[in-house]
Amino acid sequence: MIANYGYKDGSGEYYISIDTDKCIACPADRACTKACPKNMFEIITDDYDDQVAAVTQAHRKTLAYDCTDCKPAGGYTRLPCTTACTAAAVAHSW
Amino acid sequence: MTVAQIQATQSGEKKEYWRWEESTWVDEAKNWRDAKFVTAGIDVGSVSSQAVVVCDGELYGYSSMRTGNNSPDSAHNAINAVMQKCGMTLENIHFVVGTGYGRVNVPFSNKAITEIACHARGANYMGGSSIRTILDMGGQDCKAIHCDERGKVTNFLMNDKCAAGTGRGMEVIADLMQIPIAELGPRSFDVDVEPAAVSSVCVVFAKSEALGLLKAGWSKNKVVAAYCQAMAERVVSLLERIAVEKDFFITGGIAKNPGVVKRIERLLKLDAVATKYDSQIAGALGAALFGYTLVQKQGVPAKVAS
Repeated sequence: MIANYGYKDGSGEYYISIDTDKCIACPADRACTKACPKNMFEIITDDYDDQVAAVTQAHRKTLAYDCTDCKPAGGYTRLPCTTACTAAAVAHSW
Repeated sequence: MTVAQIQATQSGEKKEYWRWEESTWVDEAKNWRDAKFVTAGIDVGSVSSQAVVVCDGELYGYSSMRTGNNSPDSAHNAINAVMQKCGMTLENIHFVVGTGYGRVNVPFSNKAITEIACHARGANYMGGSSIRTILDMGGQDCKAIHCDERGKVTNFLMNDKCAAGTGRGMEVIADLMQIPIAELGPRSFDVDVEPAAVSSVCVVFAKSEALGLLKAGWSKNKVVAAYCQAMAERVVSLLERIAVEKDFFITGGIAKNPGVVKRIERLLKLDAVATKYDSQIAGALGAALFGYTLVQKQGVPAKVAS
């Protein structure tokens, strides 16, 4: 399942997509939860009883601002979350 | 303006044009006492609450009520409406699944499941196993869902940050135009030339833009048509993100508004699958079906709390 967390508003589309099929058997020991400097990822039990990563409720409507520091303007060349996810389950839409 | 409307205006009574009809239905041809398993789904949404009762995996009855100011009361109100109609009590229900915004506040539920999974499951029942793309236009959010032949979600996204493209947005326009909400759709087609969408995607600004258009001499019907078009464009952009695949199904209250549905179909160049069921019950129906699966797997839980 592709779970898209985020929103679209007048300024653009801001979604973090998590491919839960790749996430279930995480080869990186849930590194995304530690890599994000804003602690935006958590491990949940989804509706199909799989343990997968998700963006925390508190951050789902503020992604454009919360992720800014990790974008190129913040000095990063690669996003910490997508880099930590060796299964390539995490992706940003912007 | 009708005589009743004039009288209401003169008496100072405020008419609520957004107010939609609550409903309750039970399949009189069936008897719930004959069922091995009776399960229920309670969808406590931001605007409406539904309760669906399923007997051995088949729809038996439902109610669709307005959500009050607290979720437990709304859940009780919805289930009581169905139970009173068929002489059932909570003790007779073997498994209850809560869904929707208020799912964790359904006091008599055995499990809570997200409305995304429930809408997919409900749409699979209502529209058949060929349904792949579901658009749920709820009271205060909008969801685009892709599912497989069993109704399992394979891709989803949700917009609950902005009221544009939601039922609440349509209610605001109904009140502003002083047109009963059920008439908005049909009246939006009563225009000489189809207008372009209102430019704003925000309900607040759409309201001020609509007022501006009325002052510029647009008819109410034309303004409603422009708003329906804006709403259709808004949700289609969400759908395109998950890639629309046949068959396509719409759930939620706005599925009852042909002014939006026809415009979505026009933009997608794809007809939505028609259903004989009430589009608003999809979430609660999916929840009740999840309950049926769970009770078969796990057995009847000790007691449903009330």
